[in-house]
Order: sequence, then C-alpha cells, then structure tokens
Amino acid sequence: MNAATYNFAYLDEQTKRMIRRAILKALAIPGYQVPFAAREMPMPYGWGTGGVQVTAAVIGPGDVLKVIDQGADDTTNAVSIRAFFRKVAGVATTTHTAEATVIQTRHRIPEYPLKEGQILVYQVPIPEPLRFLEPRETETRVMHGLEDYGLMHVKLYEDIAHHGRIATAYAYPVKVAGRYVMDPSPIPKFDNPKMTMSPALQLFGAGREKRIYAVPPYTEVKSLDFEDHPFEVQTFNEPCALCGARNVYLDEVVLDDRGGRMFVCSDTDNCESRRTGTGAQS
Amino acid sequence: MYVAVKGGEAAIDNAHRLLADRRRGDRSLPAISEAQIAEQLSLAVDRVMAEASLYDPGLAALAIRQARGDMIEAIFILRAYRTTLPRFGISRPLDSRAMRIERRVSATYKDLPGGQLLGPTFDYTHRLLDPTLSGDPEVPEPSRRDGGVGGLARVSDILDGESLIEMEADEGAEPGDITRMPQEFPLSRAERLQSLARGDEGFLLALAYSTQRGYGRTHPFVGEIRIGLATVEIDIPELGFSVAIGEVRVTECQMVNQFKGSAERPPQFTRGYGLVFGQSERKAMAMSLCDRALRAAEYGEEITAPAQDEEFVISHCDNVEATGFVEHLKLPHYVDFQAELGLVRRLRAAWQERGVVSEAEEGDAPIGEAAQ
Repeated sequence: MNAATYNFAYLDEQTKRMIRRAILKALAIPGYQVPFAAREMPMPYGWGTGGVQVTAAVIGPGDVLKVIDQGADDTTNAVSIRAFFRKVAGVATTTHTAEATVIQTRHRIPEYPLKEGQILVYQVPIPEPLRFLEPRETETRVMHGLEDYGLMHVKLYEDIAHHGRIATAYAYPVKVAGRYVMDPSPIPKFDNPKMTMSPALQLFGAGREKRIYAVPPYTEVKSLDFEDHPFEVQTFNEPCALCGARNVYLDEVVLDDRGGRMFVCSDTDNCESRRTGTGAQS
Repeated sequence: MYVAVKGGEAAIDNAHRLLADRRRGDRSLPAISEAQIAEQLSLAVDRVMAEASLYDPGLAALAIRQARGDMIEAIFILRAYRTTLPRFGISRPLDSRAMRIERRVSATYKDLPGGQLLGPTFDYTHRLLDPTLSGDPEVPEPSRRDGGVGGLARVSDILDGESLIEMEADEGAEPGDITRMPQEFPLSRAERLQSLARGDEGFLLALAYSTQRGYGRTHPFVGEIRIGLATVEIDIPELGFSVAIGEVRVTECQMVNQFKGSAERPPQFTRGYGLVFGQSERKAMAMSLCDRALRAAEYGEEITAPAQDEEFVISHCDNVEATGFVEHLKLPHYVDFQAELGLVRRLRAAWQERGVVSEAEEGDAPIGEAAQ
C-alpha cells in the first residue's frame, strides 16, 4: 500500500460526511458533545485521533495547516501529524499562526490572536467535564440534559474550602453560550479567556471517546467561578528569557541540577517571530 | 531535550530506521516470511484477526512481522487498515450447525450425536519444553477420518428440543455496527457481542475468571465448544438469493448458565455466547462468560461486580484504545505540568504563610503566583 491509494486527507468521503454532520450538529448546539463513529486512524488513540479526524473532514486542498503540541510546532507528535497531512492531503503547512487556515492543537491556544475564517481544532482526551465527578456516561448525559451542574460547583467550592482557591490549573471547565458546561481540553486556564467571542471557529475532537463538540465564532465562553472567587489566570513575573514577551504563557526550562531555570515562551513560533522580526506577532 | 529544539523530524526518521534495523535483527539469519508466520504461528495470526475484526491471515501475518511480534501493535495496524475498507453489505448469520468441524467438545454430556472431537488441542499435552522441536524435524501426517465432519447438532439445539434453555429469537432487524455507528449506552446485545469479540483476550479472561471467583457468579457449564470452518453467505439484491463468498475459521462457545424461572416463565437454563475468528478457545469461553454476566439486568439480577457492569466492561475492553491512552502519557505534557507546578508552589506558599503568621488567618490571603 502507498499513500496514493488513500482518499484525499485519508478518510473516505462517506466518513467525512458523517463527521461533518456531527460538526454541524455541534455548531448548532454549542458545547454539546455529539457522539460520532470515530474511525481507527493510523496513529494511536490518545495521540490526537479525534483532532486528526476533524481536521481531515474540514481541510481542503487550498488550506494551510499548522499543527502544535504544547504550543510548539516542533514537538514530536506535532511533527508527526503535520507530516501525515502533508503526505495524505498534500496541503501546504506553516508554523505561522497568522498564515494558517486550519490549526490543530494539543494543550494550547496560540498567543497571536485568531481571526475570522480560521479553524482551531483541539485534540481532546476526555471530553466529559463531569467525568471525574461521575464516571458513568449514562449519568453525565442526563446531568447535561437537565443542566444539572451542581456537582461541578460543589467540587469547585470544596477546592476553595480545602485550598483557599480553585485548584484546577488546566482543563478548567467553561460554560458555553450560557448552557453547556464544556471541557476546553487540557489547555492551561491561562488560555481560557482566548476562547470567548473568538472570531475563529473552534472545533473539538475526541477520537477514543467518540465525541465532537464546537464553539462557533463570537460565542460566549465563561470559565466557571464564584462572585467572591472570580476566575483568574496564571501570571508570570519575568518576561520570556528569549524574546522578552510578557503576558504570554511560559515554560520552565531546567538548566542544571542546582536549581537553575529559565522561563521561555511556550508558543515557539510567536517567540521566534518576535526575535527575528518576521510576521506581525504579538 | 527531545522537544523545543528544531530537528524533531530528523529524530523521528532516525528512530524509524533503527526500528527497521531491530525488526530485521541479525542479517546472517534468513528473514521470516508472512507465509511462515501464517502457517507456523497461526494462533497468533488468529488472535490478531479476531481483535482487529478482519479475516485475512496473510495481512495479519504481515502485521505481526511489522510489529516485531507485539500483538497489540499488530492488531492496531490491521485495524487501521480495516477502517479504510468499504462495507459492501451484511452477511447472513453464520450457520454454526453446518460448520465443518475440527474440534467439538461438550462438558454437559458424556456422549452426544457426532461424538466428542478433540481436534488440534494443547489439552492433555504435558507442558514440558520439547528440545526435539529444534531445527526442522520430520512431522508425521495427521490421521484423518474420511469425509470430514459437518452438520452436527449443537448442544443448545438438543436442550432447545425440551425447552430447557432460553430461545434466541431472530428479530430480523439489521444489527448495529460498532465500527460505523456511535456507541451509546446501554448497547444492544448484538453491539455488546461485537465489542466483546474484538475485546482484549487478557482483559476478558480476567473478568471471566472474576465471575468464577464470586464477583458476579453465573454457574456456567460448557454446553459446547466447536471450532471449524463456517461458510459466509451474502444476499445479492440483484440476484434475489444468497451466494457463498468463502469460509472462515471460527471458535464458538455456548455456555449453559444458571436457570431462572418466574410466574410467567418455567425454569430454564440461560446462555452466554462467544464467537471468535480463528482457533481461540480461551477467548471464546471468556467472551461467553462475560456475555452472560453482562445480561444480569435482563434477568433482574443484582449488579454488584465489575464483569456485570456494561459501561465498565465495554468501555475498557478494547486494547487498541487502552494502549493508546495509557501510552499517550509519554507525550509531552509540560504545559499542563507547568500549570500544576505553579499551583502547588502557590498553595505551599499560602500554607507556609498561614503557619507563620497566625493560626486564625484564613487561607484566602492574596498571594502571588508561585511561578513568578
């Protein structure tokens, strides 16, 4: 077998149609998890098969694809997924956020603001925000149906009672368009504010769990909180050690075994563009 | 650092070259062929076909070779190929009564029409390492009876004749297809059986074992295990009749389980069913025990054990899903870990401050991010 025997973007057209239908339903009910018949992909479950299927269903020959993992274009799995689409779809790829029409991501939202016409595809491991409070799918579906989110509020309240603050640093639950509580995928809560009223289309694919959900452009996405404990994001005291950026998410890089460390941009493309002066990056 | 530096692509290429080298091993030894794997490691091939839900010994052998003998990896490779194939139609139900039998044993009857046929079994071999197998010793031809064995009545049919066992009714409805439809709990029994048939042999074995040790006991008897070749027939709409398109080797296990009766129904045995591609008695038996345990709700039995819990069993029996998600933990997670680091540092700072300042102070003092 060689790649030439596969359809454009790997999936056959019937499968793409099935996925597109799921996406349309997801867009009609923002934040609602639509079951779909996820296919086996030639990469392991848990490694972005949901995101890959969503990307394969929406990408066209004229698209420009960017793939990031942990904010970086060069992490091994991002390299692998980008190479996959280069091979099976022959699409142009880029590392620049502004140039991309489709961005597949794991665990980050790019720092550079997204614009209309762009699609951000999130890889999702566990789509159910209530899963660790209630392991049964039959139960959580009823809870969503009844908009019964008391359990989640109790959990957040217990955090405050135990720790003095909400002890969730990533995959911080959000409420979409005032109705469904949604898992934003394991992005740091630093990225949550980028989701609300975004001009870009945000699609979420969970392959192993066989769910697709979506946030249409210009939709309100609110991080859950309490009046006396408002939602807050992580802040960093130092700027990026490489490009000097502030108000961006930083990775801590351990330099030696004597406590030496530096903080650098998680979004490697944004950092590089700032240093080389290429592209209008934030 | 294996990330955050340019060159991931070259590293991946080199890793794959090394993998190819290790797969080939010592070049002075002859390479093994898929035909050798299919012929001489046929039970491995059977397992890969069963759990990949694709009956093709040649491709399964290729997958095993490609995976260096890692069975779950081979299953994964074959499934990823299967998913690209179109579905032409649905076969007629396999008629296991008409199977060309190679092995058939019943634990519920001493003798029965057609007799007990041991077939190519490990049972009663003494598990002593056999050094005479080394090299390529002469192997005598097996003794065969003339004409083969087919059309043997099943034990369940014998019990059926007396209405001693519950009947399975063919509703005539198109069965679900777990590879084409979103799975939604509770599943139909057909969907559940499909999931079990491709479920991990080890996982189902352990669950089946747990039912024998009291976690959801079902009082099982092996009504019958039969292994052989069954004809696959498919209806051709243009022709108006069914056509045989080939034969598949399958293992079928009919478990006869504890009886139930009520005001409406006279006491009857119940059944658990297992059907697996190839010769895989262990898997078929484990599957039939799990099937019966999962029917607890149908019989109004109390659900107390893991093996009776449909969401638990079906959501976790797929080894391709399980291995992917377990192994994804080796992917970089440093963004989330950074978020946790910051949180733990902040919580520790708050904890220390509370201890130093005063006992009365609440834990809500405004403390900066520890990551600052």
